[in-house]
Amino acid sequence: MSVASLSEKTTVTRADFFAPSLGKRLAYVAVFAYVVYAAATLGLSLDRIEKGVGYGLRFLAGFFPPNFTETDIIPGLLESLQIAFLSSLIGTALAIPIAVLAARNLMPPWVSWLARLLIIFCRSFHPVIVAIIAVKAVGFGALAGIIALTFASIGFVGKLLSEAIEEISKKQIEAVRATGASFMNVIAFGVVPQVMNRFIGFVAYETDSNLRNSTMVGVVGAGGIGGTLFSAFQRFDYNFVAGIILCIIGLVMIGEVLQIYVKRVFR
Amino acid sequence: MTSASVEMQQWIRFTPVQRFARFAVFFVMAAAVGWALKTIEIIPEFLYDAPEQVVDMGQRMWPIDWAHFWPVVWPALVETIHMSAMATILGLLMGIPVGFLAARNATPFPWVNLIARFILVATRSISTLIWALFFVAMFGPGPLAGALAIAFHSIGFIGKMFSEGVEEANKGSIEALQAAGASRMQQIIMGYWPQVLPTFWSVALFRWDINVRESAVLGLVGAGGIGMALNAAIDLIQWQRVSLILFTIFIVVILIETVVTQIRKRVI
Repeated sequence: MSVASLSEKTTVTRADFFAPSLGKRLAYVAVFAYVVYAAATLGLSLDRIEKGVGYGLRFLAGFFPPNFTETDIIPGLLESLQIAFLSSLIGTALAIPIAVLAARNLMPPWVSWLARLLIIFCRSFHPVIVAIIAVKAVGFGALAGIIALTFASIGFVGKLLSEAIEEISKKQIEAVRATGASFMNVIAFGVVPQVMNRFIGFVAYETDSNLRNSTMVGVVGAGGIGGTLFSAFQRFDYNFVAGIILCIIGLVMIGEVLQIYVKRVFR
Repeated sequence: MTSASVEMQQWIRFTPVQRFARFAVFFVMAAAVGWALKTIEIIPEFLYDAPEQVVDMGQRMWPIDWAHFWPVVWPALVETIHMSAMATILGLLMGIPVGFLAARNATPFPWVNLIARFILVATRSISTLIWALFFVAMFGPGPLAGALAIAFHSIGFIGKMFSEGVEEANKGSIEALQAAGASRMQQIIMGYWPQVLPTFWSVALFRWDINVRESAVLGLVGAGGIGMALNAAIDLIQWQRVSLILFTIFIVVILIETVVTQIRKRVI
């Protein structure tokens, strides 16, 4: 090829490299239009923002100095921990059989569909909504919180574990089956070794998330530090609110660090 | 025969330290559960008659009050969807910059990383309900407070996912840009951003899915959406309306999850 024809062909302008397509531009316009429309329905206005920011600053000023009244905070935090531990344990224990039933590669379709429906049901409601219903059913206190977070745990661990089971290699299961193993043996020696690592990850994450949620369910009366926080908020005791929130952040941070270590131990 | 002299080779899967660490984790877990069981305050009578109470509540929830749907539940539902979408967009706008600041390769200043990481953990640990309490006090009751509450709570998740995505980005194209004399901002826009675009879409969709669920509860503290209808129905002991609202939430969550899964398959 001659040099002349090469230079003729390479007349690429810079704009061609990053030229957005018409479709993309339309999508941007559509998103922008939606944002404007949705902002209007939310009642967003400059005046309101200005006023709100003013109130917000006053709030922040009210937070200082944070008040750590031990006699109220420690029992609340401990109850949150109790709720988190027990709901993680019960939820995981219930989630394992449900996840096995929901795995489409181990079960006939009608069984897996029923189990999947149960998992979807547990997943679709926010723990606080379940907590409200649980408070109505079993009264105020930690029991309602445990029930609410158990539901959430079944949904979360059940979904991820059943997906993990569906992704395992068929060959190991067939090999175990070929030795004449019973169903429980297939589960124990064909399925469990393949999903164990991921399962530990899910449970660690679930415990962490239960810990976070257990500080919240108290707002609706289901036990834990949330109740203390909510009542402090309602009596405008913002110093105490700040103290409780800092304690919650500390607890969640400790939980996150522990989660990383536990995962490392089992890797 | 000299088989007796051949030493039996024994395979041990874990080192003693690993075994000890595993044992320690199990021991601590068992101790924690034991402590929780022993000290938790549960009123036994409440536990025993729980099944009865649940059955009774179920009976009161039936039949579902369908007539309530169009006048009250539908507008609240639309509000919830707007609220969650706006919250997701706002959360992305706030979370992505923090995510870039928290990523060690995009922001090579350890103290900035540390501050950004603290913001991510702090926003995540304060639950949506507590954020909503603040914003209701700031902006008054309504969906604006709800959208802001979810947006601020989302910062942590979005930023964490983003900083992980950025830290996994390929160094090659960044170095090429540096060699061409690109500024830090140009490196982010032309080098990191195209590489984290898949993360962006998956995080945005995943978070929207979560946010719809979250926005369903915010009404409890007056922050708008379908939760407000739920709260009103519960307070007025209208269980047949409660069941209608719960059923609506169930259907909407399934629909949105299906939509999100379909979009994910196409886009990513």
